[in-house]
Amino acid sequence: MQVNKFKVSCTINGAGYEEEIAPDLLLIDFLRGLGFLSIKQGCDTTNCGLCTVWVDDRPVLSCAVPAARIHGKAVTTLEGVREKAEAFAGFMAEQGADQCGFCSPGLVMNILAMEKELDNPSPEEIRAYLAGNLCRCTGYASQMRAIEAYLAARPYCKPRGGDQ
Amino acid sequence: MFELKEFCAVQSLEQADRLLHSDRKNVILGGMLWMRMGTRQFHTGIDLSQLGLDRIKDTGDHIEIGAMTCLRQVETSPVLEENFGTIFKDAVSGIVGVQFRNLATLGGSVFSRFSFSDVSTALLVLGTRVRLYRGGDMPLSDFLETSPGRDILVSLSIPKQTIDTVYLSHRKSATDVPVLGAALARTPQGWHIALGARPSRARLAPKAAGLLPRVPDPEQVEAACAAVQEELGFGSNPRGSEAYRRHLAGVLIKRGVRAICR
Repeated sequence: MQVNKFKVSCTINGAGYEEEIAPDLLLIDFLRGLGFLSIKQGCDTTNCGLCTVWVDDRPVLSCAVPAARIHGKAVTTLEGVREKAEAFAGFMAEQGADQCGFCSPGLVMNILAMEKELDNPSPEEIRAYLAGNLCRCTGYASQMRAIEAYLAARPYCKPRGGDQ
Repeated sequence: MFELKEFCAVQSLEQADRLLHSDRKNVILGGMLWMRMGTRQFHTGIDLSQLGLDRIKDTGDHIEIGAMTCLRQVETSPVLEENFGTIFKDAVSGIVGVQFRNLATLGGSVFSRFSFSDVSTALLVLGTRVRLYRGGDMPLSDFLETSPGRDILVSLSIPKQTIDTVYLSHRKSATDVPVLGAALARTPQGWHIALGARPSRARLAPKAAGLLPRVPDPEQVEAACAAVQEELGFGSNPRGSEAYRRHLAGVLIKRGVRAICR
C-alpha cells in the first residue's frame, strides 16, 4: 500500500523535533527511532503500561498513540525526568522493588504522573492509579513500600532546577 | 496492527463527513485502543482531536459530553459527579489503567457499541441521547440497537435531574472487562435498570424497573430481579456462562437497590 508521509512537529523533553513519518507510525516506534530507548514494548495490547510516556503532561500508552497525533504537543519520556527518576530509583533499590527492571521506566513515568495529579494518595489510591502497570517479578509489595517511602520523603526528592 | 495510507486531522465536522463518505476505506479515529489490535488496511484515518469535542459542558438543563472526551476526564469530572454521583467514576475506574483511560474516548466506546462497555451501561440509566452528524439526535437506548454505520458521533447529552445512581460490575480480575455490569438509577418518576456485558450489548430493563416503588421491600426487589432475568437475554462466553450471568444479574441488582436506598 502506497502511503503519504505526514510531517509532525512536536517537542520531546523540551527540545523541538520536526520529522516526516508514516501515517500509521506509533508513538513508541517514533520515540525509540529517535533514540529514546527508555520506552519498552511489553504486551503490545495496551495492557501492561511499559510504554508509558507523557503527552502534554498526561500519562499515555505510547503503543496506542499514532505519532501523527502528537503534532503540536509536548512529549516527555523517562530521559526528560532523569533527576526525579533517579531519586525514586534509590527508594526502589532500598526496598528490592526492581528485579528484571523491564517494567521500571513505565512504572516510574506513571508514579511521577500520579505525584503531580494526586495530593497525598492513600495506598488504595496508589494501587488504583498504578493498576495499568504490570510487573511479573516483584508481586507489587516491594514496589508499594518504595512508593510510600518516596512519597513520604517528597520534600527531599524535589528536583533542584533543570528538570521537567 | 492496522495500516493507514494517510492521516488527516480535520478542521471541521463537514470535512470529516466529506472524507468519511468519499471512500469506504476511510475511517474515523477514536481512542484507537481497540482498532490498533486489528490488521485492516485503511486509506485515510480521520482524526477529530482538533475539533474541541473533548469537553464536558453544563448547558443549563443538560450536561453535554463531546465524543472525543476521554474516559479519564469522565472519571474525574466534578461536573459529572455533582450531577450524577459517582456512577461514571465507578463505571470506568476498573478499565485497565490511567494511561489507557487517558486515551480511550467516550465516543469510541459508544459508537462501536462494544458489548462489554461499562460506560454505555451507565449512560443508559441516565436518559442519555446521542447526537450524530447525519443521523441527528436519538436516545442512546435506540442507538445501541442499531448496527454501526458510516456516521460521526458528535456528542452525548444527559438531562440534569434529581437522581440517585449506582454502577456495579463483576470482574474475574481487576482491570479486565466485566463478566456483567449493572447500572441503576432512581428518579422521582421511577427506577431505571440497565445490564451490560450479558455478554451482548447493554440494554435497559423497563419492565423490571417498573416493579420497584421508591423504597422497595425485599419481596419487591426479588420480583424485580426475577423480572430482569426474564426480560433480558443472557449468553455464555469464556468469562461466564448464561446461568452464571443470570444469577449475577440478581445479585448486582439487589446490591444496587440496597446502595441507593441506604
